[in-house]
Amino acid sequence: MKHLPSGGHKPLFMLLLALWVAVPVRAQSSSQSASDSSFLSTLGELREASYSDKAGIVERLSQSGHPSIRAVLVAFLEDRLYFRNDDQKIFIVKSAEGDPLTLIDPLSLKDAGSAPADSLTKIGTNNGLRRTLRTTVAHFALASPDAAVRLAAVQDMLRSLDDATVALLRDRMGVETNSRVKKEIATGLALAALDDSDTNARLNAIATLKSSVSQDVRNKLAVLIEKSPDGSFTEHDETVRRAATNAVETIDRWRTFYSDIETLFFGLSLGSVLVLIAIGLAITFGVMGVINMAHGELMMLGAYTTFAVQSAMPGHIGISILVAIPAAFIVSGLTGVLMERTIIRFLYGRPLETLLATFGVSLVLQQTVRSIFSALNRSVVTPEWMSGSLRLNDALAITYNRLYIVIFTIIVFSLILMVLKRTRIGLDIRAVSQNRAMAKAMGIRTEWVDAATFGLGSGIAGVAGVALSQLTNVGPNLGQSYIIDSFMVVVFGGVGNLWGSLIGGLSMGVVNELLEPFAGAVLAKIFVLVALILFIQIRPRGLFPQAGRAGEDK
Amino acid sequence: MKRNEFLMTAWLLIAGIGFSNVATAQATIKVGVLHSLSGTMAISETTLKDTVLMMIDAQNKKGGLLGKKLEPVVVDPASDWPLFAEKAAQLLEKDKVAVTFGCWTSVSRKSVLPVFEKDNGLLFYPVQYEGEESSKNVIYTGAAPNQQAIPAVDYLMKEVGVKRWVLEGTDYVYPRTTNKILEAYLLAKGVAAADISINYTPFGFSNWQSRVAAIKKFGSAGKKTAVVSTINGDANVPFYKELGNQKISAEDIPVVAFSVGEEELSGLDAKPLVGHLAAWNYFESIKTPANTAFINQWHTFIKNPKRTTNDPMEATYIGFNLWVKAVQKAQSTEVEKVLAALVGTETPNLTGGIAKVLPNHHITKPVYIGEVKADGQFNVVWKSAGTVPGDAWSDFLPGSKDIDADWVTLKCGNYNRVTKKCSGQNYK
Amino acid sequence: MLGLWHGNAGAGLHKDRGGSSFLAVLVLVAIAVPVLNQVVPASSALHISPFGITLIGKYLCYGMLALAVDLIWGYCGILSLGHAAFFSLGGYAMGMYLMRQIGPRGVYGDPILPDFMVFLNYKSLPWFWYGLNHFAIALTMVVLAPALLAAVFGWFAFRSRVTGVYFSIITQALTYALMLAFFRNDMGFGGNNGFTDFKDILSFDLHSDKTRVVLLVITAAALAVSYMACRAIVDSRAGRVMRAIRDAESRTRFIGYPVESFKLWVFVFSAVIAGIAGALYVPQIGIINPSEFDPINSIEAVIWVAVGGRGTLYGAILGAVLVNYAKTYLTGAFPEVWLYALGALFVFVTLFLPRGIIGLVKAHEQERGKDQ
Repeated sequence: MKHLPSGGHKPLFMLLLALWVAVPVRAQSSSQSASDSSFLSTLGELREASYSDKAGIVERLSQSGHPSIRAVLVAFLEDRLYFRNDDQKIFIVKSAEGDPLTLIDPLSLKDAGSAPADSLTKIGTNNGLRRTLRTTVAHFALASPDAAVRLAAVQDMLRSLDDATVALLRDRMGVETNSRVKKEIATGLALAALDDSDTNARLNAIATLKSSVSQDVRNKLAVLIEKSPDGSFTEHDETVRRAATNAVETIDRWRTFYSDIETLFFGLSLGSVLVLIAIGLAITFGVMGVINMAHGELMMLGAYTTFAVQSAMPGHIGISILVAIPAAFIVSGLTGVLMERTIIRFLYGRPLETLLATFGVSLVLQQTVRSIFSALNRSVVTPEWMSGSLRLNDALAITYNRLYIVIFTIIVFSLILMVLKRTRIGLDIRAVSQNRAMAKAMGIRTEWVDAATFGLGSGIAGVAGVALSQLTNVGPNLGQSYIIDSFMVVVFGGVGNLWGSLIGGLSMGVVNELLEPFAGAVLAKIFVLVALILFIQIRPRGLFPQAGRAGEDK
Repeated sequence: MKRNEFLMTAWLLIAGIGFSNVATAQATIKVGVLHSLSGTMAISETTLKDTVLMMIDAQNKKGGLLGKKLEPVVVDPASDWPLFAEKAAQLLEKDKVAVTFGCWTSVSRKSVLPVFEKDNGLLFYPVQYEGEESSKNVIYTGAAPNQQAIPAVDYLMKEVGVKRWVLEGTDYVYPRTTNKILEAYLLAKGVAAADISINYTPFGFSNWQSRVAAIKKFGSAGKKTAVVSTINGDANVPFYKELGNQKISAEDIPVVAFSVGEEELSGLDAKPLVGHLAAWNYFESIKTPANTAFINQWHTFIKNPKRTTNDPMEATYIGFNLWVKAVQKAQSTEVEKVLAALVGTETPNLTGGIAKVLPNHHITKPVYIGEVKADGQFNVVWKSAGTVPGDAWSDFLPGSKDIDADWVTLKCGNYNRVTKKCSGQNYK
Repeated sequence: MLGLWHGNAGAGLHKDRGGSSFLAVLVLVAIAVPVLNQVVPASSALHISPFGITLIGKYLCYGMLALAVDLIWGYCGILSLGHAAFFSLGGYAMGMYLMRQIGPRGVYGDPILPDFMVFLNYKSLPWFWYGLNHFAIALTMVVLAPALLAAVFGWFAFRSRVTGVYFSIITQALTYALMLAFFRNDMGFGGNNGFTDFKDILSFDLHSDKTRVVLLVITAAALAVSYMACRAIVDSRAGRVMRAIRDAESRTRFIGYPVESFKLWVFVFSAVIAGIAGALYVPQIGIINPSEFDPINSIEAVIWVAVGGRGTLYGAILGAVLVNYAKTYLTGAFPEVWLYALGALFVFVTLFLPRGIIGLVKAHEQERGKDQ
């Protein structure tokens, strides 16, 4: 555990801090100006200091008890602390983005006009310093009215427990009302109590910690039952050791359970990606019999559309993804229709010829984006609401982007199913795919339906590309890395069966992720491929074979 | 009739290959550019092609070399390793280039190596690599492991206090070698074997969920943990995205990467990466007059003020300048003469210090460690005192610590000090 | 069963005008190229550089691969999108032999272990490397490895009546899985770098022009022999059964032919040709690595066949040579835009030349025939 850069000033610091926390900052005394100037001069030292000196300055600042210290430190942590080049004056900026920057006076925290970005110099931080800052800021955040902020503060403090922190936590425990925060503080105090000289206090602490699933807690408990190199136990008391052993086992059991759930989720999320990249193909390949080697490139177009949409609306990253979905559908869909009208329609009934022609198209599409967007990868920003993870407890967190992709896949799948089953065009598509001549005789414009079907499949590939842009590189090779997987899913599920693709994709994902921890990523994938090859021997037409003669002897 | 058509076609084909080496008057000096412009490596290599073209352009504006204009011969080996060998042969045997700038991946270099050695060509290789090689016909202007990996690990150990190590790499020769060297180095420094975890994933790996979860678990054992990443190319973006989403911040588990530079970062949203580290011999953010001039020259040439510069570009820049100086010194573009002139030739780096060609055909380089900033640039947090000479054969590998490379006195790239034998290229 | 393979092969070749023209060209290449390289002085405009020799050698190897694909696709209706796997396996077997020949001349000077093994801390040679320092064993493996894989894979697949696109896709899965496996450094096949820096073959220096010329002549001969063998097969009664399977598989089965055995034998034979092509490819190109297994390569091979003309054998070879020549030329002459040209060519051929170039020539001839 890394401690705060400590000096001999801890008690004084605590006192000041307690005062600050207790008394709202209203008292403006005559000594204010004196403390202001010393605060400013300490702050000024940051301009020239090395990273290790900066940590010392931060500690001195935090002890100053100045009313604006928290705002200054938060700004420093968020890279918003600058000094003006011509007069060396230090300012907080409202936001580090844009030009000119809006300045805030570090003493009064009032607006101080604005200045062009190049007339200011940022006071930099590094990892170590940010860590110090975060813990220091956490001390102040304990008094925040927002329970979530307090919770985060306690969690930050747990990462580096020392006497001062424990004392602060103990004080907070008395006044804390929120149960989650309370529980977290209790964990912290119990962790500290593990070092208590009183056996009962240690036993109580273990009892409290037993219900935790945090890895840190487990590690701390495991220390108790470790043997030191000379053969003696670090913990002398037998009962405490037994209790600790017991607690570690309980925690391990729960952690294993949660990690199994996590693996399952990993599998489902990988499976969703597989389903998403395969659904479009299930339509073009499965329903129309076109082996569309350009399917991957249609996904790539969708990903590039996301990039283009984001570039067009730089201020609205959050919504841009939502705008990109229909945009990508249209771009890829129209490309698909164009392909169908100019090339594919001459090749119906000759699936292998479509393979060759669409392979040619895929080369052309790749080179086109390379010419337009260059061979470099393009940066697609992940919106705020899609980054980070949903923390269910200390052992289980689900990343938002994967969660949304699982949900997104379900929505896309249901929509397609609905289009095919409930709409007029869906009826036409099914009619044409089942019996073209009869459909034509019934007055369906088969040509039009063909184009629409291919456009639909291609459009969905574009939508999948939007999802992929959140997971991987947006570059000219994006398509190639997914095309084989998508074919595998469709064949595994059964050509022409959407449900097959869904179940096929999900199960391939789950099996892959279940194997990966033991076999490693490559062997897991090889195993899935071999299993697929063997499976096709048993069921040559996939999980859900198409009924009748439709799939035969093509 | 039919037969004649057939014969005609075949004859034309053969003739097309055979006749094309008709020698044209040598009014120019031909410079080969052997970088992939399509396929998986195009993302990295096109930039280097443009860099060489920019350097040639600038040299020609200065009046060329030895009174002749430089003429670039650009070919596309399409990220296809056998095609690299074929194109190398084309450049050397058909186009008769005086020098070639090219290759990125180790396998592409290994593929062209026999060709360059057989035809006695001259290749400038501008990318950091695993070492364990020194060819008479290659000048390595990128970093050897001792110019990048070892200083980075030293930094983490001493300045950050890292006690537990994850060596995460793509499964190919550069990560394998680097990790072997690092493992030996860490063990020698007293790190317990249980505190080192080595793992490899395939090229273009994108499903990082389980691996990142495993790293998180390994890192939560109570000791300060760092990840040393030799993950290559496309696999990086999903890796960092997953790190960000699983809330592994640089403050908890910093990742130091050897293959992630400004250009890779320009292709992704750098905010979740802030604080993660990279070790290079060049950073665009280092302010020197030479670097500023280079960046401006690049922006003008590529007609895009947003394009970044990176380490392999600087290595290309250094290589080109070294070659020009050596040619001027030798007053000839003949490979033997240029090679003789090259060793000892010096040219300034863009970020300060002097790059000097050593007898082992590697160069001296400064080492920098930078933390990623939100704008995709690096904040230099450590730099080496002076430059570090490139070491072709690592001192930390049992097989190669006795091996020396010296093309001046020993005339050998693979000389065993113990057995006093020369093997490899000059083996008799 | 075996009797079927013989038939009136000689008679077939007489009627096979395209084929005999092709063989004539091959003989011409095998004679002219060595002369132009060895006898004609380098200053002459007619001289063929060693680089040219390598290129022609490569085209011929690809031609053999295309021939193998055409035999099963053009005549038996089996579209394999995994033939690069057999090609690469043959190549790897040859590569292993060439690696063993390096002996103590490697970077680390180990007399037995290839460099990459020294480097990956192998203490001894893995069992599957035993014996490959003998040329005869290596040659056996060149034939056996692809044949075995094809036999096992084909036996399962054909017996289960996996056909059409399903078959194509699982062959793709097969070569993809192999590619991933060979990329692993732990497999003992050199990982991503594969094998390179070969020194000599049967004690002949691989870098010398003479060796290269000889290799080229051998490749031309192998291609000619494979062609004649394939021609013999398709002209025999077995060939007619193959075509029957291609056109109406179920009907052929009902008539009583053992469709599965036919398919299996042709598939294995085709795999062997591909394997030999790979084995000839490696010493001439000088490197073999896992990206040869890339499914895209298999698709490209199919495209060569389509461009040349499916179901003509010599057309497939012509397609392979033409497409690869175009690739060589375009990657050098128009490095930035060559993919457009190649892509457009594939689209053009499928749309307007459904029978490939040979089909065009034949149609042209028929047209002329009518006129006369």
